[in-house]
Amino acid sequence: MTAVGDNGGTSGTGGTGGTGAGGGTGAGRGTAERRGEGLAEALSRLAVTTGWIFLKDLRLAWRSPGRLSAVAMFAVLILLMFSFAVSDTSRLKTEAPGYYWLAILLSSTLYLSDTWRIEMQNRAMEGIRLLPVPPAAVFFGKSLATMLLLTGMGILLIPVMVGLYDISVRMGTALLIGVLILGAAGLSAPGILYGLLSARVRSGEVLLPLLLFPLEVPALLACTRATTLVLTGDPMDQLPAWLSLLTAFNLIFWSLCALLFGRLLEE
Amino acid sequence: MAESGTAENRAGAAKGFHWEHLIGLIGAGLLLWGSWTGLFVLPPDRFMGDVMRILYVHVPAAWATLLCFTAVFVASVGWLIRGTWGWDVLGEAATKVGLVLGVLLTALGSIWARPTWGVWWDWDPRLTSVVVMLVAFGGISALRSFVEDAVQRATWVAVASIIAYVNVPVVYFSVKWWRSLHQMQSSPKTVDGDMVTALRINAFAFLFLGIWFIVRHWRILSIYRAEEVSEEPPEAGLRAGAA
Repeated sequence: MTAVGDNGGTSGTGGTGGTGAGGGTGAGRGTAERRGEGLAEALSRLAVTTGWIFLKDLRLAWRSPGRLSAVAMFAVLILLMFSFAVSDTSRLKTEAPGYYWLAILLSSTLYLSDTWRIEMQNRAMEGIRLLPVPPAAVFFGKSLATMLLLTGMGILLIPVMVGLYDISVRMGTALLIGVLILGAAGLSAPGILYGLLSARVRSGEVLLPLLLFPLEVPALLACTRATTLVLTGDPMDQLPAWLSLLTAFNLIFWSLCALLFGRLLEE
Repeated sequence: MAESGTAENRAGAAKGFHWEHLIGLIGAGLLLWGSWTGLFVLPPDRFMGDVMRILYVHVPAAWATLLCFTAVFVASVGWLIRGTWGWDVLGEAATKVGLVLGVLLTALGSIWARPTWGVWWDWDPRLTSVVVMLVAFGGISALRSFVEDAVQRATWVAVASIIAYVNVPVVYFSVKWWRSLHQMQSSPKTVDGDMVTALRINAFAFLFLGIWFIVRHWRILSIYRAEEVSEEPPEAGLRAGAA
């Protein structure tokens, strides 16, 4: 798991050795170049290993479509239940973005629990720990796969929402999918981190929402407001502010979770 | 597990007079002084009247809550870097004290909001972010009861606390980022000089009382943690600090 870090360290040591031979500024430049090469090598290795983990998760999802369709069915069911719970159909129309994102959030907990549950079976987790890849690659790979699958599920839910709640997408479906991608990213990174925690404790399914939902409040708020604007139009040009909030949320949590994920994987 | 005799000795170490009691006494004295000044010496606010006097405890409670969660963040980083039990115990103690102060802050704010805003609660960004922060740290407090292994629990809680700490700057800056119902932070620029003095006295009172609660809780939790991991309680540092 420390292979990338080791590569970087080796390059640095090589550069120090070169100082004695070359001397002066030239040797210093050589050290900096080698460090840069080491960093580039580490990043490309991270990207490749992330790609492998990402493909592994997609392959697992592809091999057991029943799991994914159950999660999607649960999301559809939530949309349906909201239409039964709210008798006033005009309210359904105005509050549709909130129901849509709640359906995605609630069903994502099912997927997140499941994606780590299968890693716990047959000692697969030990295999992941022993992989010669940085922990960040495991985090990014699984988070990206989750993001893609949640986006796919969200796209499937759009016609259901449009049909059930009688709404129209004024600013175009492409923009709605853009919001969906950012929102799915916001759910994925903290979700994968807390999913790992909850999969390893008793009654973890209770713990996951307890930890995840408070964290997701800003993302849920931004997603709901942005979706409302995409559906109803944005005469005051408020959409960029909500998309910026979502982007900032993603940048903070993707980097923070990637940084801390290794400690959780080790314990 | 440690022997019961050792446990009694450790329990004895938590009793008796420690330096934190002095801090607690000073804190209690300051709270009496600040509250007396706020309640009986200073005049009522021109617009809010006597209702404003609750701010002499509400605002210091808010500062103390944020400081407690900052201590949780520092303790979490300390545990992840150093791996000594003192950091984990400090994190647990500061989380609990922070939650108690946070609930007090919210209750005081609600009591103030009813006559001022006309409602007990409003989904204003400041209020919402405070609730999110409290629920996040409440979830982390619950996480401790889910994990049996002490090392695993300490690491998981530290990681979750660092992530939850992202809420703290959001709470602080929420009134600047989203201008809404809640007023800007109270400072000498926005509050009259005499009123600032009462606020400062109570701010130090809450700070000292917070330290007292945390250190007391730290000592008690250290005993339990030492029993759990069969190690000496990390009290040496505190005693050295007192000396």
